[in-house]
Amino acid sequence: MISLAGRDILHAWGKFVFTGVGLGLLIGVTLTMAGVYRGMVDDARVLLDNSGADLWVVQKDTLGPYAEPSSVPDDAWRSLRALPGVAEAANITYLTMQVGHAGRDFRAMVTGIADGGPGTPGWPPRLVAGRHLTRGHYEVVADEASGLALGDVVRIRRNNYRVVGLTRRMVSSNGDPMLFIPFRDAQQAQFQKDNDALLAQRRRTALNPAFDRPGVPGLREAVDALQSGNHQANAVLVRVAPGTDPAELAARIRRWTHLGVHDRAQMDAILIGKLIATAARQIGMFLVILAVVSAAVVAFIIYTLTMGKVREIAVLKLIGTRDRTIAGMILQQAIALGLIGFAVGKIVATFWGPHFPKYVLLLPQDAVTGLLAVVVICTLSSLVAIRAALRVDPAEAIGG
Amino acid sequence: MAEPIPGGIVIEGLRKRYGQGDTAVDALKGVDMRVAPGEVVGLVGPSGSGKTTLLKCLGAVIEPTAGRMTIGDRVIYDDHWKIRDLRALRRDLIGFVFQAPYLIPFLDVTDNVALLPMLAGVPNAEARRRALELLDALQVSHRAKAMPSQLSGGEQQRVAIARGLVNRPPVILADEPTAPLDSERALAVVRILNDMAAQFRTAIIVVTHDEKIIPTFRRIYHIRDGVTHEEAGEGRLPPPA
Repeated sequence: MISLAGRDILHAWGKFVFTGVGLGLLIGVTLTMAGVYRGMVDDARVLLDNSGADLWVVQKDTLGPYAEPSSVPDDAWRSLRALPGVAEAANITYLTMQVGHAGRDFRAMVTGIADGGPGTPGWPPRLVAGRHLTRGHYEVVADEASGLALGDVVRIRRNNYRVVGLTRRMVSSNGDPMLFIPFRDAQQAQFQKDNDALLAQRRRTALNPAFDRPGVPGLREAVDALQSGNHQANAVLVRVAPGTDPAELAARIRRWTHLGVHDRAQMDAILIGKLIATAARQIGMFLVILAVVSAAVVAFIIYTLTMGKVREIAVLKLIGTRDRTIAGMILQQAIALGLIGFAVGKIVATFWGPHFPKYVLLLPQDAVTGLLAVVVICTLSSLVAIRAALRVDPAEAIGG
Repeated sequence: MAEPIPGGIVIEGLRKRYGQGDTAVDALKGVDMRVAPGEVVGLVGPSGSGKTTLLKCLGAVIEPTAGRMTIGDRVIYDDHWKIRDLRALRRDLIGFVFQAPYLIPFLDVTDNVALLPMLAGVPNAEARRRALELLDALQVSHRAKAMPSQLSGGEQQRVAIARGLVNRPPVILADEPTAPLDSERALAVVRILNDMAAQFRTAIIVVTHDEKIIPTFRRIYHIRDGVTHEEAGEGRLPPPA
């Protein structure tokens, strides 16, 4: 038996291909939306992976440092380093802010990394160009997603920084490129008050009699120094020594310090389950709507194509064609349309994905799921047309 | 009860009522017809006389209300359908030729004709061989690979006749087969129907009100108000020009 669906498609291939391309663009948007979600998850995981930490020590009862503000003393790392089972501990600050460059500004996650070298927790694990930070101030290693090049100068708060190295796929969970600067500079950028604020604070301290008591020389200067100094980090990144159970070490840190600790699994849950949860739900809603719209489009197209062949269907039924042959023809056409649409959608998503400002990760398993969904949607969408075709009266082929 | 005609079609007291109660309409009020194998008869009547209803009953498309219908020695209808699979009945025992050719636009000429045997389970190659044989007999084999839209009106009608004949049905129902054609082509179609009836021993009923072809029938059934009257026709089919 010849394929009626195949012959019909070949006969009107132009109409079919153009319809498939239209549907494909819709499917391309759907696949891209899924890719945006996957990209967000991947960005979050890459952020954790690239930090080089096994444990994140943060302000107690916070979900810092990525999902909530967290502030810990910048000398806490010393006592943590002394704990058995801790291989390395390093301060870190994260501040998402606007960074100026060449008369414009862009959003970046400015990361303050502690003294040390490549391999120290918080440091970028690899560079694609240039070198790591070697000076204590005013150097920056930037992710290439920022558009910066080696030698470029960026302005962070009051200071200029020269780009000495470039990284790849070092972004925040929001997709903002990371800029790595020395920890002390980052502390200033995040915590230091401006000059006017410092002067106002000193005036208030001088007027407070509690800080200007006779017989206690130097008290007011000490208070001023404390108030204008920066002694906070957002977190301490801890690398666990080989053979140590991270959960056990985390419990010990919680017991002996007054700090909070998150291990990798907890950070994963915080970033993916909480930080990007709303965005994920948003994308999920879009996917549902796009699936419904795709189904409606396929149903409408197939119904219209079928209704355009009422006379032929009546003739087919009159000359003895079985219902299942007619239903099969419509179903095959719906699925063929879906497959054309899927192929077009996959191609366009692959081409336009890299041009999105945020990372779009098109996973093969998502493509397979998408293909199955397209087949299911097309099958369901064809039911309306099949029902209409089966109701066609063969008597319509006979005049009168 | 009339004797069945081997290979022919016999209808006795066929009735069809539409609706119920006060709104009921009797479209057929007891139709009798006999068409022998190899015979071409005309069925003529004005609009609303019941021609189309009779054709639909004969084609097993709508169910009569009462009566009896046999094709060859098979009882098709006797106050109710005697055959459950009416599609198979239409496919195997009845050929249709319509007013317009109604060829399937996405199949070429050969496959338009071969589709019926394929539907009956005949292998594609054999179905196409049969189709080409008939197309050759109808002198359209040179357009075997053409699509219907590439054919003239006369060629399309010949392909439609080939489709009606391809399963070698004992009965062919032709519904106004010459309506869209000029005199010469209309007579050519009638000649083909007569030739095919003689060659394949097929009983052919031609529903028409085409004055050009009515004189060609040897027997004519007139239908009026749901009742048929048989009369002898002129049987005058001019030779081809």
